[in-house]
Amino acid sequence: MSGVEIIALIAAVVTIAIIIELVRRRYIHERFAVIWLLVTIPIAFFGIFPNLFNRLAHAMGVKEPPALLSVLGVLFLLLICVRLSSEVGRLQERTEILAEEVALLRKELEDQTGPTAIEPEGPQA
Amino acid sequence: MARVLICIPAYNEEASVAAVISEVAAASTDWEVLVVDDGSADQTVAVARAAGAGVVSAPFNLGVGGAMRVGFRYAAEHGHDVLVQIDADGQHDPAEVPAMLAALNHGPTPATVIGARFAGEGDYKAPLARRMAMRLLARSLSKMAKTKLTDVTSGFRAHNRAAIEIFAHSYPTDYLADTVESISLLTRAGGSVSQVPAHMRPRMQGQPSQSSWKASVYLARILIVLGLTLIRRPGPSDVRGDE
Repeated sequence: MSGVEIIALIAAVVTIAIIIELVRRRYIHERFAVIWLLVTIPIAFFGIFPNLFNRLAHAMGVKEPPALLSVLGVLFLLLICVRLSSEVGRLQERTEILAEEVALLRKELEDQTGPTAIEPEGPQA
Repeated sequence: MARVLICIPAYNEEASVAAVISEVAAASTDWEVLVVDDGSADQTVAVARAAGAGVVSAPFNLGVGGAMRVGFRYAAEHGHDVLVQIDADGQHDPAEVPAMLAALNHGPTPATVIGARFAGEGDYKAPLARRMAMRLLARSLSKMAKTKLTDVTSGFRAHNRAAIEIFAHSYPTDYLADTVESISLLTRAGGSVSQVPAHMRPRMQGQPSQSSWKASVYLARILIVLGLTLIRRPGPSDVRGDE
């Protein structure tokens, strides 16, 4: 085993360990946990058998295996970004609706108990 | 007698909101006045309350669209037949509301009447890019609504009950999109949008943006909003629909 291969293996092990630990502690939510856990499979596989990745690249007609790795990596990150964007949009939408509901509920409460019942906090944004 | 809610979205408008409220009261005492404070940092809430308006206060700034959605939800829950939206900066004259109410269809199909700046252009000097944006907008939305609309970004509007119910759920909240997208939303829902002439007064405070750079950015954003409006499904993605 060459030095590079050992480094690749260690990197793969560390990545997988971090992902699994984050999932286990529920820092990553289910929806994303699945994606990340699936990613660990190729990382583990090619970390252990780097030659297989080279062969895969050649079989696909890619002359430089690292180039294939980069392309796949970028594509994957792109997908993740799109996913995160849509997630952020959904969260924003829900936050707005909650704020609207809070505003209406506060008015209802004030109508019942007088305007001093709740002191509006003012903008925190 | 239609129950009318006058909805005034206000963000840091302590200087002008009281005058607007008393003008509304002077125009008619039959209307309920609701100020939607959009997370103001100044005394807007206290001033509006002292002036006799009902106040709904958002916990943080939602943008005009979000503030309006609060108003629509309020009207939907409290059984109002008409919601009239008036700017808090004093550029709209509440005395013109009865003309809008007269033009509004009170039937079961959703309808909006826009108080449109007199004759559309002329009395108002704006950079070329901004004028182009306005013209483009007016033209494409007129086509959509199948009637001539000259002032589609006007925030002076009256909505009937059916429109209130639609907007309570899906009034667009994206920046700039609220005025434009709401028109296409309504026409897609089988509603009608029309306009009556209204005089716009100089704002009591605040300045409309006049620099050409800002105007160009505005044009670009309007184009994006228009493009998105054409391709997007109406309403919030998934959150609503089954409350």
